[in-house]
Amino acid sequence: MPETRATAYDSKIEGNVIFTRFDAALNWVHKNSLWPMPMGLACCAIELMAAAASRFDIARFGAEVMRFSPRQCDVMIVAGTVTYKMALAVKRIYEQMPEPKWVIAMGACASTGGMYRSYAVLQGIDQLIPVDVYISGCPPRPEALLAGLMKLQEKISRERSFRNQKPELTEKLEEAFA
Amino acid sequence: MTGQELIHSLDEAFDGKLQDQTEFRGDTTFTIAAGDVREIAAFCRDKLSFDYLIDVTSIDNFGEEPRFEIVYHLYSMPHAVHLCLKLKVPEDAVDTVSDIWPTANWHEREIYDMMGIKFNGHPDLRRILMWDGYPFYPLRKDFPLEGLPSEMPDVAFTKVTPLEGGPFVTVPSTATAKDREPRARPPEL
Repeated sequence: MPETRATAYDSKIEGNVIFTRFDAALNWVHKNSLWPMPMGLACCAIELMAAAASRFDIARFGAEVMRFSPRQCDVMIVAGTVTYKMALAVKRIYEQMPEPKWVIAMGACASTGGMYRSYAVLQGIDQLIPVDVYISGCPPRPEALLAGLMKLQEKISRERSFRNQKPELTEKLEEAFA
Repeated sequence: MTGQELIHSLDEAFDGKLQDQTEFRGDTTFTIAAGDVREIAAFCRDKLSFDYLIDVTSIDNFGEEPRFEIVYHLYSMPHAVHLCLKLKVPEDAVDTVSDIWPTANWHEREIYDMMGIKFNGHPDLRRILMWDGYPFYPLRKDFPLEGLPSEMPDVAFTKVTPLEGGPFVTVPSTATAKDREPRARPPEL
């Protein structure tokens, strides 16, 4: 029979224990290890590549692991002009990403269609998939992309991740503790 | 052989079939009948060394008959001579030259995609930019700039683009940006 004893205070583990909200810990993990899906469709993709390279170094924000499989990604960076021919492919790749997932619309074209007021161009990727952060510019400089990434990190840190991902479990817990 | 002599021998070989010869900065343009295009094209390549088809383009002269115009830009590598051939055609009465110059294959597909002109004898006449099943020909004059709605489930869709009153234009002047860059061009300009 295992022996039970009081562990209210143990000087040996003092300083190694942190009390925090579960959401705060989860969000902290999410936001500092965002794996981007580089949806490079036009010239914005060049700036996206520059942001990943040494001068701007997106690794400082934990988002350097560009994955070319949507199943390994957290954030889709839609970088460039979304034509109607490409639009449903972008949506499909977004749907293949596992939850939780976020979208950055990088540049004027991905946000609104930009200068392409034309029969061939979707007027903003937000008509098909939910967008978290819009970045202005044509194309935006890498600093702007990094600023957008930091905005997304701020947004993630305010999210109620546990409730969003496990709504039924949250309800049960709330009932149990009510 | 100089450019002059090349053009002259073409003129001799097809006496009467070449019309409207014009010259602009040393480049010669002929208008030919749509039925003669393969014969003249083969002669230009084999006998006159026009071995490079630079481009094939099309023009929509909306309201005229025949409606369309196809323009072939030829170049002779050995003699460094340009030649431009134009033919006026209705929608579906032009022969392919893709067996004479293989590069015409994709050019003719693009013309088919954008203008809807069908090339007789083309080996693979599919759309090249828009998807198979898109119902319109977007570079025709009667196609609106803002597009038309279409829907192909699981393939693609299009919607009408908001143009906010017209295509964006700029007018050079020292006026403020609001006056220099109106959303729409006034009708009288």
